[in-house]
Amino acid sequence: MLANFKNSRPQQFTLLFFVFLLLYFVVPENENSLLWRLPPLLKDIPLLINTLLDNLMFKWLTIPVYDPDWQMYEDKPVFRIITRSIADFLLFLIIFIREIFLGGLQTIGSITGGAFKEFKWLYLPAVPWTAVVVGLFILGYRLQGLGLAFIASIGFFYVSIFGQWEPTMETLSLVLVTAPICFVLGLSFGILGYLSKKVEKILQPILNIAQTMPHFSYLVPILVLFGIGDHAGAVATIIFATPPMIRLTILGLKKISPEVVESGLMSGCNRFQLLFRVLIPTARRDILIGVNQVIMQCLAMTTIAAFIGAKGLGFNLKVALNGLKIGKAAEIGICVVIIAVVLDKLSLAWANKQKDYFANLNFYKKNLASIYFILLTAILGVVAYFSAFYFENGFNYLYLIPFGEGLTIAPILDAGVDWIWETFFYYLNIFNKFLITNVLFVMRDAYLGMPVISTFVLVMGAGYIIGGIRSCIIVGALILFIALSEYWNRALITAYMATFAVGVSAILGIVTGSICARNEISAKFILGVCDFFQTFPSFIYLIPVILLFGITDTSVMIAAIAYASVPATRYTVEGLRSVPSSLHDAASMSGVSNFQRWKSIELPLAFPHIMLGINQTLIFALMMIVLGALIGTEDLGQIIMGCLSRPNGAGIGLTLGIFVSFICLAADNLIRTWADERKKLLGIE
Amino acid sequence: MSESLDNSNNTPVIKCESVYKIFGNNASKLLEDSNGQVDAKTFQEAGCIVGVNNASFGVNKGEMMVVMGLSGSGKSTLLRCISKLTDATAGKIFIDGEDLLAMNNKQLIELRRNKMGMVFQSFALLPHKTVIENIAFPLQIKGTNTRESMAKALEMVELVGLKGRENYFPRELSGGQQQRVGIARSLAVEPDIWFLDEPFSALDPLIRKEMQDEFLRLQGVLNKTIMFVTHDFDEALRLADRIAIMKDGIIEQLDTPDNIVLNPATEYVKKFTEDVPREKVLKIESIMDAYDPNNSSSTKVSKDAIIETLAESILNSKEILTVVNKNNEVVGSLNPSKVIKVIFGK
Repeated sequence: MLANFKNSRPQQFTLLFFVFLLLYFVVPENENSLLWRLPPLLKDIPLLINTLLDNLMFKWLTIPVYDPDWQMYEDKPVFRIITRSIADFLLFLIIFIREIFLGGLQTIGSITGGAFKEFKWLYLPAVPWTAVVVGLFILGYRLQGLGLAFIASIGFFYVSIFGQWEPTMETLSLVLVTAPICFVLGLSFGILGYLSKKVEKILQPILNIAQTMPHFSYLVPILVLFGIGDHAGAVATIIFATPPMIRLTILGLKKISPEVVESGLMSGCNRFQLLFRVLIPTARRDILIGVNQVIMQCLAMTTIAAFIGAKGLGFNLKVALNGLKIGKAAEIGICVVIIAVVLDKLSLAWANKQKDYFANLNFYKKNLASIYFILLTAILGVVAYFSAFYFENGFNYLYLIPFGEGLTIAPILDAGVDWIWETFFYYLNIFNKFLITNVLFVMRDAYLGMPVISTFVLVMGAGYIIGGIRSCIIVGALILFIALSEYWNRALITAYMATFAVGVSAILGIVTGSICARNEISAKFILGVCDFFQTFPSFIYLIPVILLFGITDTSVMIAAIAYASVPATRYTVEGLRSVPSSLHDAASMSGVSNFQRWKSIELPLAFPHIMLGINQTLIFALMMIVLGALIGTEDLGQIIMGCLSRPNGAGIGLTLGIFVSFICLAADNLIRTWADERKKLLGIE
Repeated sequence: MSESLDNSNNTPVIKCESVYKIFGNNASKLLEDSNGQVDAKTFQEAGCIVGVNNASFGVNKGEMMVVMGLSGSGKSTLLRCISKLTDATAGKIFIDGEDLLAMNNKQLIELRRNKMGMVFQSFALLPHKTVIENIAFPLQIKGTNTRESMAKALEMVELVGLKGRENYFPRELSGGQQQRVGIARSLAVEPDIWFLDEPFSALDPLIRKEMQDEFLRLQGVLNKTIMFVTHDFDEALRLADRIAIMKDGIIEQLDTPDNIVLNPATEYVKKFTEDVPREKVLKIESIMDAYDPNNSSSTKVSKDAIIETLAESILNSKEILTVVNKNNEVVGSLNPSKVIKVIFGK
């Protein structure tokens, strides 16, 4: 019996659950009892962070700097000089690109030493939007073909005629500045991580935390360090979008067969030649996929960066949502989606494009696309110049359609929303009330009524059963850090929302995935759908749910479930599809029914991969729940969001961000250990 | 073959003295303590894996030495010690009399750029370069200008019979063609020493045979000093001047194919030789008797001919034949009954 217990996971978990329940009901609710809640020993951490930032920015290592305005020396801290120089540099680049799209040349003027806007005569007219649309058509055609050409040009045509050209170009300028910086940083750190085991060991936990921390939590520290504005948005974007590039670079370089490296060495490469002529070109495909990731992440973050003063679509979206102008928000949301899809498709087409070595073209043929582009831009420029005389209300629609002057479908959308509300309000409300009172609140109270000791027994016990003493300690330490803070109750609320969202998403994802994985066509279709939904910035998901459910916990939950079902579905399909066909044949010859095949062959084999999907689901769900604070929840996210408008919010924001990240990492540790063990057992790798 | 050995000066091109390669954290300390008496089992208990165990041999100019062993026998490790892709744990390796292990990085790069070429089992071509670019790669790394390196690479393309496919990418070629590119690349800098690490193992049997023939043709023209690693005993017999048979890092026997087949040194080697059809391996030389002028016909056979190729005519002639060397000098005589014994006897 005991020997059997040692090897039986279900029995171990049953025992653990009983101990958990026992403690749950035995330990009384008593604020002074250590078994009920731990004392907030670590509550000074936010303060410490604030003091640290304060010292860095105002006191540490001051040097005298000559101030030309006051004609005197002034003591300035070095750190502040550094951060402000970075900020100025970024701002210069962003405005420079903005001026190309929207007109102006002040950045160049400012190089000569003058202040901005001093040189009135220095003005470069913007590229007419018609030329940009035509340029995208040519680019799309060159990279892939007519299909992409139409997608790209019609997408931007929509953006223009709906009067979103200016904010779109502002957002795009942020992406165009941050993406190359992320690329260079990511590639460099990736290479360092590949070359040195030590660097990789240091990078790994930083990447883990950076990728699981909610975006909002580091907005405030960035605000403190870099000030408010587009440059702060750029810094936040760079921090957010660089980690995947680092990871993909390391992954791509590690995948290179050792013989290719050896062949480079035997050709007599020195280190530099080996790196730039053998390793990086060989890993080209993975690195380019990293570039695609970077662009998508940058776009996702530039919308969120609106909270620290970045201009663009995100800012308008925020304003529209704050004013509950659902129609307007939906319209802007569609623009964000369009840009996301166009950028995604263009960068993927570029990554997959192969150079044609056979073609022997002359200069004219080689640069045909550029020549067309320049010619058409010139023609459209002239058209735009003369059309200025034609339009009488002062707006030149063929040059630049100003914000708010284009077509709009907002009134129609609003009317639609009103109609939905009037027609379905009764039913939606019943569902809403039912979910909140009978499910969500019950679950929340159950989580809040959990003594801290039973939480630890459950979490650490699971760690011990799955990964032995090592996992037990890691998971315990991560949770202990949160338990010793003032925010344990908030963390429990976040945990309950995450549990609910992950549970529902997992069921939805696994069921959908299993059904769609049945044949190749539907599998391809659903993977395409997943791709499509993953290109949107998370922000966008909030618009339709507010539209339907108003500002309640239900909305956040549904947004989180919609967002988090995507990875669950994707990983289920991938896992099930990767079951080898020989096993299918063997199963068929044993005479299994479809359900038996799924239950006893496909599911066990796909299980490790599905677990990794659930891991992603959790991260996605938590991101959305924290984001949900935008429309009002009372978990950790609410406080993180609140920090944005609070003096000294940096410390709390960062600390709480780390808490959310720790919740992710604890779950990640358990799931990954389990999945790896299953993989080893099944001999997959 | 033995003449060519005698004619060349006596320093071998590659010379190994008690080379050890042991993988593991404190390998060199364990090796010191063991006093050269390395036992794979005790080392494994200490967390180390023995790759090469006390290898000493030399490879002469123009000689083709084949290292044969099953997977895990340490044959590829030995090759990588000599090309210094891994560092030997102990021992000395000399290339043209120069101490390889004492070289600094710069000298090593010079050596590889001018004297060494290597062919890999999985071809190891650069996926982003065309056939011609792959072949020209070692030259460009060396700093040769584009025109010259391209001209040389074209020459190599013709040498390996890939003319017309210069602008293909590796993924557009069959396995055999890819390995031809690998061979051409390794020869582009005109190295003296040629390393081949299971070059034909990833190919289909028919293509493999074709590539072996092609390889023998090339070696006939180029006459390089070769170390060739394989797990295929037949391939070793076909190609080698001398074969080193390895097991668990130890060279079990190092000898000519004839001697290995006729006199296997250990039980392990014997297992390989048992099923080998001798007439396909042995040369006339290995079964001839001393020349007896009274009892020989005027029909001449070459001492270097493989028995099988002449078996039919020898058996038909039913008389004792005269064996001659390359220069048509008489070196012995051959009784047809010996041929019968080789083919049918034990």
